[in-house]
Order: sequence, then C-alpha cells, then structure tokens
Amino acid sequence: MSKLSIEGVGKLFPARRGAQPTRALTPTSLAIADNDFITILGPSGCGKSTLLRVVAGLETASEGRVLLDGAPVTGPGADRGMVFQSYTLFPWLTIEDNIAFGLRERGAPEAERRDAARRWAERVGLKGFERHYPRQLSGGMQQRTAIARALANDPKILLLDEPFGALDNQTRALMQEMLLGIWERERKTVIFVTHDVEEAIFMASRVVVMTARPGRIKADIAVNLPHPRPYTIKTSADFVALKERLVEEIRAEVVGLAH
Amino acid sequence: MKPLQPVSASARALYGVSFFVLFVAVWSAATFGGFVPPLFLASPLAMVGEGANLLIHHGFVFDIAVTVWRVVGGFILAAAIALPLGVMMGAYKPIEAFFEPFVSFARYLPASAFIPLLILWAGIGETQKLLVIFIGSFFQLVLMIAVAVGGVRRDLVDAAYTLGASDRSLVTRVLLPNAAPEIAEILRMVLGWAWTYVIVAELIGSSSGIGHMITDSQALLNTGQIIFGIIVIGIIGLISDFLFKAANERLFPWARL
Repeated sequence: MSKLSIEGVGKLFPARRGAQPTRALTPTSLAIADNDFITILGPSGCGKSTLLRVVAGLETASEGRVLLDGAPVTGPGADRGMVFQSYTLFPWLTIEDNIAFGLRERGAPEAERRDAARRWAERVGLKGFERHYPRQLSGGMQQRTAIARALANDPKILLLDEPFGALDNQTRALMQEMLLGIWERERKTVIFVTHDVEEAIFMASRVVVMTARPGRIKADIAVNLPHPRPYTIKTSADFVALKERLVEEIRAEVVGLAH
Repeated sequence: MKPLQPVSASARALYGVSFFVLFVAVWSAATFGGFVPPLFLASPLAMVGEGANLLIHHGFVFDIAVTVWRVVGGFILAAAIALPLGVMMGAYKPIEAFFEPFVSFARYLPASAFIPLLILWAGIGETQKLLVIFIGSFFQLVLMIAVAVGGVRRDLVDAAYTLGASDRSLVTRVLLPNAAPEIAEILRMVLGWAWTYVIVAELIGSSSGIGHMITDSQALLNTGQIIFGIIVIGIIGLISDFLFKAANERLFPWARL
C-alpha cells in the first residue's frame, strides 16, 4: 500500500472582480510509496507548490482528496513536516528551541526536547550554534535548521517546497548532499518540489514532471542511480542522459508557454 | 553629507548635545539681551532660580510624584485591558470586526473634551485624572496592538501549523512572541502621549500636580516656574523613554539582530 495517495486533487482559485476563476492545478493523482524520495519538477507557476500545500493541509483542494496511511488529510498536522522556500524559523527562539518547537507542542519533557534538539543540530552540521538566534545564521544554516525542526518532530512524510531556491550554487549543492545523506540513513518518505533539473535528479528515486499552468503531471520517471550518491555522480553518463531528457520535457513546457 | 550614511556614536552624542546648547543660547540671547520682556519669558537663570524655589519651599517634589503616579496608574489600567483585547482582536477576525469600528471612532474622541463630563461623573479626585489618561491611551493601544498581532508573517503561521501547533498555541507561541517587541514599542509611544493628557487634566479642577502648579504660576505671571514645570515634564519623559528602550533591548535581544 502506498504511504501517500493523491487522488484527483485539483485547485481552482475563485474568480475575483469579474475575472475568470484561475485553475492552478488540473485534477492530479499520484501514489507515493513508503521511504520514497519524490521530486516534483516543473516551471514556475505550474501548481507544484499548490499541490504540496494541499498535501500539507495548508490549502484545501477544490476537488479530490489526499490520503496519508489511508486516512484523509483535513488540515495541517505534525505528521506532515514541511520546509518552506522562505526562511520560516521563529526569530524569537534560539536554534535549539526552534528545532524543539514541535516536541514542545506535543508536551515532551524538557530533557527530551533538549536531547532531540542537540542531536538534530549535530546531524545537520549546526553543532555549536544551538544558542544562536536565526538572524545570526546564514541562509543555508537557517534552512538546515528548518529541516532539523521538521525532522525532529518525526513526521510520517517530509514536504519540501524549493527549500534551497534562495541559496547560492555552492551552498545548494552541499545542502542537497546533506539532505540525501539524512534520507539514506533515516529512510523518510520525502516529497521535494523544485524547478532545478539537476537537483531533482540528484536526490530523487522518482522525478515527477509537471506541465505549465494549469498544472498536470506530464512524466513520471524512476531514477535508478545507485546509493550512496556522491556529488560526482552529477557528471556520470547516466545522470547526464537523464538530465538531457528532463531538460527537454521542461523546455517544451516553457517554450509552449512563451508562444 | 551622503543620504543614510550613519554617524559614529560620539558624533551623534555631540550633535544631540549641541542642539540643546544652541537652544539655551538663543533663549539666553533673547532674554538677557532684553529683546523679550521678563513678563513674557523668563531667562534661563531666572527659570533655574524659580525651580529651586519650587523644589525647596513649595514642595514641588510632591507635585511631580502625584503627576507621575497619575500617568503611570491610568496607563497601567489602560494597558491591562487593552493588551488582552488587542491580542484577541489581532488573532480572531470576528472579534476584530465586532470592536474595530467602534474603537476606531472612539480613538478620535479627544480625551481633553471628556474632562467636563468626567468631573461631573467622577468629581475632581484622582479617579477623574486616571480616567482622562485611560480614555486618552486605551483606544490607541487597542488598535495598534491588534495591528501588531495580526501583522504576523503568514509563512510563520503555516510553519507552526505543520509542526503540530494548535489554534490556541498559535496565539500564545507564535502571534504573541512575534508581536511582543512591537507591542513594547507601542506602550513606550503611547505612554509619551499619556503625559500630554495628564497635564491637561491637571490644568482644570486640580489641587496638586505639575499641571496645577503651571496654572497657579500663570495667575502670578511667573513664567520662570511655568517653564521649569514644562522642562521637568520633558526630562521625566526622556527618562521613561530611556528606561523603556533599555528594558525592550534586554527583553527582546533577538528583535535587534
């Protein structure tokens, strides 16, 4: 049985000031297996973020439903951790307290919270920064904390909405390796939304390509590259071939949109 | 000068002090030079002399204490009710829709215009003075606090929900700490306004306080005492502002990063 099933989920934004209602997402179905790392790849405005927000429960679908372990999603909850593109750490909390936010919400005792915060800070390479405030950290470090904060909550599924989109190329590559490393160890179910082809292939076990607005799934491609994947894999023949194919898929969409 | 170019701390202090010096210099020139008759404007020296006289012979310290008490008392009363109401309005839109139109209307009602009514209702005792301060600051506080609480970044709210926050803890663990530094700033600002109301309240129907001293001095044409009273208010305002700022910096170190 699949961990998460998206069944005919579509999104229609209501009409405003006499304009036509906007369709952001045509009814889409997708089944995601346990421990899978799915990347959703598509051009800007293809509804991939909308789809992710529906899964998170932050947006209600206009039609269709989302099932997590067979139970329908009705709103946001701790079982679906999310990392956003914008920096969403709570600026009034230290890194440690940010990571433990969900645990505290659950009523975990102080010792357990501190323990988990320390452990996760170390796993994402932020040992020694536990007492810092988010604004004292670089963008990459803040996103690492955001990932730690989501994972410390032990969600059933991790949702990431272009989390590395605002980072420079070097930092982004390091973050991809870090996230992939965590996934290889923890075997979480992950949905990762991006518009970067290389990023989509490098981490994924499956790449779902979406069309331009209104969004719809165009291709669903398994990535059978071996694990663990060092960054050097990005220059291997298999990787390059896959990249060419996906670039072509995306290009067709963007070109189609421009004409 | 380049736009927005910062100045060093020492230069900032120097500039700040030099305007005070310039101000006193112009004042001295006008009075000692005989350009303005002492009946209209006392010289700085006469003002200091009158001030000493007030403090030593007329128990002015008591008046200052009474005025401070009135401002602080009325302000704390207003803040104690405005804070929970403002937070509820900022967090819950139906509550905001219920109160906001009336509060917006009420905040334009001039507190000083209520003084005759308040004297009728509460007499000329302390209750009336506190009520003037209360009316003057309560509605402003409520509205500004509601805006501060409601102005939270949506993505922080989304993040809290995906971490399992309940609606209740969204208010206590996200909206409140998020708005806290701004609320502290609002309190600091409105306290400054409260100072202007207390003097008005004391000008009419009062037997103590800085405002009362000022009306008395007017009857005696003692401009030195009036100016001294005004300057005392300014100094107290400066001190309370400074204390508030220092407290805010200590309480919310993250807000200044």
